[in-house]
Amino acid sequence: MSTLTIDHVSRWFGNVVAVNDITMTIGPGVTGLLGPNGAGKSTLINMMGGFLAPSTGTVTLDGQPVWRNEKIYQHIGIVPEREAMYDFLTGREFVVANAELHGLGAKAAQKALATVEMEYAQDRRIATYSKGMRQRVKMASALVHDPSLLLLDEPFNGMDPRQRMQLMELLRTMGDEGRTVLFSSHILEEVEQLARHIEVVVAGRHAASGDFRKIRRLMTDRPHRYLVRSSDDRALAAALIADPSTAGIEVDMTEGALRIQAVDFGRFTALLPKVARDHGIRLLTVSPSDESLESVFSYLVAA
Amino acid sequence: MYDPTVARLTYRALLGRRRALILGALPLLLIVLSVAVRALTGADDQTAADVLGGFAIATMVPIIGVIAGTGAIGPEIDDGSVVYLLSKPLKRPAIIFTKLIVAIAVTMVFSAVPTLIAGLILNGNGQQIAVAYTVAALVSSIAYSALFLLLGTVSRHAVVFGLVYALVWEALFGSLVPGARTLSVQQWSLAVAHKIAGGDLVTSQVSLTTATVLLVVVTVLATWYAGQKLRTLKLAGEE
Ligand SMILES: Nc1ncnc2c1ncn2[C@@H]1O[C@H](COP(=O)(O)OP(=O)(O)OP(=O)(O)O)[C@@H](O)[C@H]1O
Ligand SMILES: [Mg+2]
Repeated sequence: MSTLTIDHVSRWFGNVVAVNDITMTIGPGVTGLLGPNGAGKSTLINMMGGFLAPSTGTVTLDGQPVWRNEKIYQHIGIVPEREAMYDFLTGREFVVANAELHGLGAKAAQKALATVEMEYAQDRRIATYSKGMRQRVKMASALVHDPSLLLLDEPFNGMDPRQRMQLMELLRTMGDEGRTVLFSSHILEEVEQLARHIEVVVAGRHAASGDFRKIRRLMTDRPHRYLVRSSDDRALAAALIADPSTAGIEVDMTEGALRIQAVDFGRFTALLPKVARDHGIRLLTVSPSDESLESVFSYLVAA
Repeated sequence: MYDPTVARLTYRALLGRRRALILGALPLLLIVLSVAVRALTGADDQTAADVLGGFAIATMVPIIGVIAGTGAIGPEIDDGSVVYLLSKPLKRPAIIFTKLIVAIAVTMVFSAVPTLIAGLILNGNGQQIAVAYTVAALVSSIAYSALFLLLGTVSRHAVVFGLVYALVWEALFGSLVPGARTLSVQQWSLAVAHKIAGGDLVTSQVSLTTATVLLVVVTVLATWYAGQKLRTLKLAGEE
């Protein structure tokens, strides 16, 4: 059982603050690190893995510092975000090399390859692998020494749904075995499906922390905003405001559009086309003005 | 210190098809040149010394050193695959030391062996010229490998800097500017070669003692510093 402790960690590159005073504790089980692109997930994972020095603060694994402490890698397995991985080797050669670097032999490598179900392609050169196959071989290389902490940066990127399911299953098993598993993602659904615990990072800051229900609630218990243009904005506004799913309507003169706040997402999306039809109004534009991930997250930060 | 797995990975990366072609091109050129010279002018000690000193030692060895030295680590750092070495309980200096040994071995094979063959073709090792220059190639292989391995560890543009050093400093300044001659791996190795050949066919601007001290100091310092740099190497993100 391992606990990773991130204590008041910041990291800046020149005057870009990539990680801003984050404190969190990652315990056994699967934890998802969720955040939009550029949030600082990779920077944080690189510091957790001892590949980058925090500008301030400390990262420790069961009390041991991870920076400049190569012995710690007996306990850590890493699945990097980047693709490059000695493409000139076969999958088997690559995993065997990783095992040897841990002082282990071909047996450990074979077991890891079996765990990720890559034995069938182990004698092909990595250069010929698909993205999902690469990901699984990386996974095998991270597992050879049976680590208690597993760090994965965007492990599901580029995987097809079946490969995704398989990897999720594998990570779930690792978590159930009492390992500390941390993976990053910018997709909420992905994190929800897998992680017992979620840490949200936005713009370098620690925005939220908890189980998925708590994070969901933070994200859904709030008005949704839509920008709507129609053949008759005023009539549409009058018809919509009568329904309880509509919390507020604003006529935006400069945009020539309606800004609508809806409290009940499901009901509102059914209501809008029906009302338009009943009143003979043509809908020209319906765009959620804050459904992009960024605005969902910025809402989280503000909450 | 020496890790056979790190060595194996480094050899395979260095001797991959494309790089091996580049590594083999200059030695091949040297041998073709030697055959041509021998056929046209016959065996001549001075000509042999000119070809070996002017092309093999001044140009070919440093370029092979750049390719092998920077190539032993630079590409791994560039593409991020070095993370698979760094995420292991291995001492960083051991990684550097192993890569140095590999770079030295590769540089020696691709520079000293063809130098010897070329020397034998040119004048059949008359006046010990072939052996003297071969030893110079062996000695400079060590120092170049250490220098360029360090360069590959600290710079993303190691190959460019390395080639500029090899071609401009060693080949050009080395023969023009007196001060530059003292600080030239080429001159240090020639001091050793001079000791072997005797006479004045093989000459160096520095004494054997100075040369030996500088060779050892540069090799040791560069290797030590590369080890330190690797300890605190920061792995940048995708960009
Ligand atoms: N080596 C670096 N030099 C300069 N800036 C950097 C460096 N690494 C990261 N950054 C910056 O730090 C911020 C966080 O980057 P990071 O890669 O950690 O984000 P991320 O959450 O992993 O994003 P993504 O989802 O795109 O992988 C970004 O603004 C990025 O430009
Ligand atoms: Mg990232």
